[in-house]
Amino acid sequence: MSEPLIQTNALDLEVGGKVILSHVDFAIHRGEIVTIVGPNGSGKSSFLKCLIGAMAQKRGTVTRAKGLRIGYVPQKLHLDRAFPMSVRRFLKLGQYRGNAAIPDDLIARTGVSGLLDQQVSDLSGGQLQRVLLAHALIDKPDLLILDEAAQGLDQPAVAGFYHLIEEVRADYGCAVLLVSHDLHVVMSASDRVVCLNGHICCEGTPTIVSEAPEYRQLFGYGTEGALALYRHTHDHAHDHDHTHPPHGRSDDKAQSA
Amino acid sequence: MIDPFFLRVALAAVGVAFAAGPFGCFVIWRRMVYFGDTLSHAALLGVAFALALELPLFLGVLLCALAITAIIFLADGRLLNMDALLGIAAHSALALGLVAVSLLQGVRVDMMGYLIGDILAVSWQDVIAIWVGVALALLLLTWRWRRLLVATLDREMARAHGVDPWRESVIFMVALAILVAVSIKVVGALLITALLIIPPAAARLWAASPEAMVRLTALIGALSGLLGLLGSFAYDTPTGPSIVVAALALLILSSLVRRLTPSGRIGRR
Repeated sequence: MSEPLIQTNALDLEVGGKVILSHVDFAIHRGEIVTIVGPNGSGKSSFLKCLIGAMAQKRGTVTRAKGLRIGYVPQKLHLDRAFPMSVRRFLKLGQYRGNAAIPDDLIARTGVSGLLDQQVSDLSGGQLQRVLLAHALIDKPDLLILDEAAQGLDQPAVAGFYHLIEEVRADYGCAVLLVSHDLHVVMSASDRVVCLNGHICCEGTPTIVSEAPEYRQLFGYGTEGALALYRHTHDHAHDHDHTHPPHGRSDDKAQSA
Repeated sequence: MIDPFFLRVALAAVGVAFAAGPFGCFVIWRRMVYFGDTLSHAALLGVAFALALELPLFLGVLLCALAITAIIFLADGRLLNMDALLGIAAHSALALGLVAVSLLQGVRVDMMGYLIGDILAVSWQDVIAIWVGVALALLLLTWRWRRLLVATLDREMARAHGVDPWRESVIFMVALAILVAVSIKVVGALLITALLIIPPAAARLWAASPEAMVRLTALIGALSGLLGLLGSFAYDTPTGPSIVVAALALLILSSLVRRLTPSGRIGRR
């Protein structure tokens, strides 16, 4: 296999004397989609921060490939309303190499063409996610990192968003690293799933992980239903008119809780 | 021919108010209004420091502002949040400054001049110091412009782009400390924050891009400086507060006009 884009070796992270992560060995390679799942407080976001260099590890190493370009999609954008910023300007801020026009294929792929002249602070949740994705992609990253990026979207929208990410991977050839506690949709889209809870509990293909006892201990037994749900939503067209009955979602929640 | 006295005070007032605007934009965007307060209160301690050590005023204020910035940065935020830390720092610095000045032997200082500004005491040397400080602060802001914008949007996103948000914060705070140091004689420690945030608020109503907002803010700030100065001469009112009142009047006027003209924004989208 080629040289990894990012690799951690026996990574230990402590914050204020509290152990957040211990002995994490991790690598992601070009073209892979990897999902990190774990309950709240499992150190997922901290792990991402270590990878991008926003947090320093206590022990161990983080190695990034030379000249690695990272596109980062945050969970939310805490943009003050007093900060005037059009979508077009925001996208151009992601452009560190050159000052060319925003590529048409990117605009079309992420579906932001109608939003370019709007203010970022006026966007809806789903619109903002697509704009953040376009912002992360504009510099043609080697690695796209998404931190709970589909939070706050409804289920068909989440499925649509992840489908978009798969297409992006195919188009741009970048690796994708997702962090999520949304087990319903993410798992089948991934080449590899890493289950994190302070340390790596288990990892492998979605099917292997969903059957692993460590994973089941964390997330219960509802995940096969969740995977089935994922396939189910993908069988549908994404832009259908009707909405799914709400009890379908609460059932799944109950199963996986 | 313009009266040299008026030219001197006008250069001081307009210089400070012009530069305060662009900084004020970031102070609002980054939600650092309380930090601005802390810096300006620390400036008063800096006055005492400068008097005690017979340092130039600007230097004393600048050193104090930088010291308090460093203390806040290094403070342990585990038990107290930033809001509380800033409150402690701001008011301790104010109290310490007032106590220290009264303890100084053989110095009779009118602290009112430092609290609300005393533009009549501004000398040509002060004007030069103000414009050097203003130029330096604006140069720092221009130099880091793009990185500051990115760091203001999202810290992790900035990291991914190779921008260190911590470093940008430090550079910004140093530049802000320089600005506060040269502003104290003109508007005084109590009102520097007002001059930082009122002009951007007036400009926000019209701006569609960060650059447009900053330019408009500088313009509104400079206009406030000039109007406030003229007003203080006409009605014999203190200059610092008069400048702030002028800025407030422009904010109110701006909102009224905005209401009457519902469309149209300035700045490339």
